Amino acid sequence: MALHFSSAHPISALHPLLCFFLHDTYPEMEYASGLQRQLASMKKNLFDQGYLDEQFYQLEELQDESSPNFVEEVVTLFFRDSSRLVANIDQALQKYPQDFRRLDNFMHQLKGSASSIGAAKMKNECTSFREFCNKENREGCLRSFQKVKKEHAVLKQKLENYFQLLKQVGPVDKATHSGN
Amino acid sequence: MSSSRGGNGRGGGEGERQIHVLAVDDSSVDRAMIARILRSAKYRVTTVDSGKKALELLGLEPDVNMIITDYWMPEMTGYELLKRVKESSELREIPVVIMSSENVPNRINRCLAEGAEDFLLKPVRPSDVSRLCSRIR
Repeated sequence: MALHFSSAHPISALHPLLCFFLHDTYPEMEYASGLQRQLASMKKNLFDQGYLDEQFYQLEELQDESSPNFVEEVVTLFFRDSSRLVANIDQALQKYPQDFRRLDNFMHQLKGSASSIGAAKMKNECTSFREFCNKENREGCLRSFQKVKKEHAVLKQKLENYFQLLKQVGPVDKATHSGN
Repeated sequence: MSSSRGGNGRGGGEGERQIHVLAVDDSSVDRAMIARILRSAKYRVTTVDSGKKALELLGLEPDVNMIITDYWMPEMTGYELLKRVKESSELREIPVVIMSSENVPNRINRCLAEGAEDFLLKPVRPSDVSRLCSRIR
């Protein structure tokens, strides 16, 4: 990290090591712990607000040195599949007469994947949709699907933010420890 | 084919030969999950996304010690795969475990009656797997 004062600065002329320690290490540590707090708070919100449930912890437990990016990989797989399923359902809803069985199959898949990664709100909206589907209630399906799409988009954004922050915290974390 | 006998008490890979599990699921998320759970427990894992591919693989090289399959799959369900395995003289000794996200007693009973080793509810946990793998020796 570059030191942002010139060599003509009075302090740097007298105590270069002290300057290094004060100006370089402390801001880095504060930055790191600030990011970590942000990350912890973001994660807590995801759980408190019901976006994620306990199953997400199961994913984290499966991550280790041999599979260090497991959580992000599975979440990426989820959004790849779920985006496709959402598009399929969108299309299927446009058709007349409605093929409720086909809709239910798609939603069963979506619900299953959501459940596997701990996407609680999405899972619940999928359940609602299937209830309307079983009753062959097209209006209900349409309304419910809007909610599914919304939860999907919101979760995607939140998890993207989460993983981005996680990446930032990682390297800074290592840097502060390597200074010991 | 002889089934492998691990030298140690736990896990699938601490003896001379690893226990080889064939995992069948049309969901890529669930395949990744079950593979990770099994590999963490030191099993050798092959994943396929359909019953048809499972049977093809089993037809080629049945050094598979256990099959774990999703119930609901397009074209061939886990139940149909189970039946095909149990009807085959080469494959019938291989234990088959069914996974499902739905807790339907009729379904569970039908699978067990057809010879399934166990029925697991999704999402599957490591403890579910270690529980059943300790019986597969």
